[in-house]
Amino acid sequence: MTGLSFDLIALQLFAGLALGAIYVLFAIGLSLIFGMLTVVNFAHGAFYMVGAYVGLYILMLGGNFWVCLIAVPLVVGLFGVVVERFLIRPLYGRGIDYPLLLTFGLSYVMVELVRIAFGKSGYPFDTPEILQGAVDIGVGYFPLYRLFVIGATAVVLLALWLFLEKTSFGLIIRAGARDPQIVRVLGVNVAQVWLIVFGIGTAIAGFAGLLAAPLQGVIPEMGGTILAEAFVVTVVGGMGSIGGAVLAGLLVGVVVSMTSLFAPEMAKVSIFALMAVVLIVRPQGFFGRAGLMS
Amino acid sequence: MLQISNLNAWYGASHAIQDINIEVAKGEIVCLIGRNGAGKTTTLKSIMGLMDKTRGSAVFKGKELLDQPAHVRFAMGLAYVPEERRIVQGLSVRENLRLGLVASPQKKKEAQLIEGIAEIFPRLAERLDQEAVTMSGGEQQMLAIARAMISKPDLIMLDEPSEGIMPVLVDEMFELFRSMKAQGTTVLLVEQNVELALDIADRAYVLDQGTVVHQATAKELLADDAIKERYCSV
Ligand SMILES: Nc1ncnc2c1ncn2[C@@H]1O[C@H](COP(=O)(O)OP(=O)(O)OP(=O)(O)O)[C@@H](O)[C@H]1O
Ligand SMILES: [Mg+2]
Repeated sequence: MTGLSFDLIALQLFAGLALGAIYVLFAIGLSLIFGMLTVVNFAHGAFYMVGAYVGLYILMLGGNFWVCLIAVPLVVGLFGVVVERFLIRPLYGRGIDYPLLLTFGLSYVMVELVRIAFGKSGYPFDTPEILQGAVDIGVGYFPLYRLFVIGATAVVLLALWLFLEKTSFGLIIRAGARDPQIVRVLGVNVAQVWLIVFGIGTAIAGFAGLLAAPLQGVIPEMGGTILAEAFVVTVVGGMGSIGGAVLAGLLVGVVVSMTSLFAPEMAKVSIFALMAVVLIVRPQGFFGRAGLMS
Repeated sequence: MLQISNLNAWYGASHAIQDINIEVAKGEIVCLIGRNGAGKTTTLKSIMGLMDKTRGSAVFKGKELLDQPAHVRFAMGLAYVPEERRIVQGLSVRENLRLGLVASPQKKKEAQLIEGIAEIFPRLAERLDQEAVTMSGGEQQMLAIARAMISKPDLIMLDEPSEGIMPVLVDEMFELFRSMKAQGTTVLLVEQNVELALDIADRAYVLDQGTVVHQATAKELLADDAIKERYCSV
């Protein structure tokens, strides 16, 4: 075969993992928020986009990429906290559709505000200098920055895992996702936990947006596309399951990347085909609990 | 320790309990009895802060409870073991016990307190790292009680702890309540197992259709077959 060598496929697989890493980061935040607050956060894509723009702004002010890595999740997470406290909290107890509609509307407002502030057209986002170029990973040369994305995602996942499994606050989150009432009876101010979880979820979304920026550039609509894809990831992985989001995110990344190698015209459709297959075989997704939404 | 006066609570528009008056002194075991649907659970939920709408007053250690959220009532020294036990799925026995301490100032002594609880509940000690919901109903009930006790509350409320549990375990459990009392914990107990409950209780209130219809010392009530027959499903 001409061109489609083993090495090329292996490289494409790695490219898929890098793409998948962004999906994973996006989807774990979505899953964390849904699992804990039962809020389907339709503004998650907008937080992702804001993350990229906050990064862009920091660069414009003369900061560097490493400052962005710390500042972006802080700024976006803080913004998420304000949104939860003042917009979403008043809607608890009124059913799942109220916060859904609110976040849906909010995402439009956020996109419009960014258009007003930064203009409708996009910006390129420079890859930080020392992450430019490619390295030999055995099967060929692979862009260093994509490797960095995979590594950064692994670090975030490890940190999140340690936080959830090894700390008291993580224990509260795991228990509260199953049974908020007993956690309340045991003395926990659950409203405060929800606030922090929303902050963490949106901070990770902002971080994902920043990581994606050098790969795709920055435009106000960048959150909409990934939101649709991330819903596929959450559905395939199982609503509210973090492990499921990780597995499904990587899988979707690889599927997109492989189909764009073999059948580029199918790349956008392939993930929805994947979702359909998974839903037929296992309606609750990989790790979802059956009947969660009923 | 706890003075409840004219307590009312509603589920939506339905007025589940009306003008309940109950008093619990420090170190007492007080028992609430009555038929299914009499309002026993609703009374406990109102005291813990789990009812959406309540009126009246519930003063605990000199402070009004009713305007506080549930987590503040826990911090004031109240503990509640719900009828459904509510052992958290996906967590081990140890993690369920730790959950009883996450909001407590005693959290620093976690390892020591879990050890202490394990001594009181040998069945749990053997299963600390097992997933909690895979234990038997009786063991789960023990865990629910242990989880509420571990933070050393001043008053513990138990809703039908003996329900669906084999007799040996029930005896073990009631022995435990006796020793809790001996150590100064106050107990408000809801029980269908009337004879057994009155045997360890100091006083009892009989509820029917959302109100207190009778109150007496446990001794008097044990001897009063007429009341027991009329208001308790035996
Ligand atoms: N979630 C609810 N929604 C509406 N009504 C309820 C609810 N829970 C209880 N009730 C009603 O409130 C009244 C008191 O119920 P409660 O559960 O307090 O009784 P109980 O004495 O604990 O009964 P049991 O011995 O069966 O546990 C009953 O008439 C019951 O039907
Ligand atoms: Mg009851």
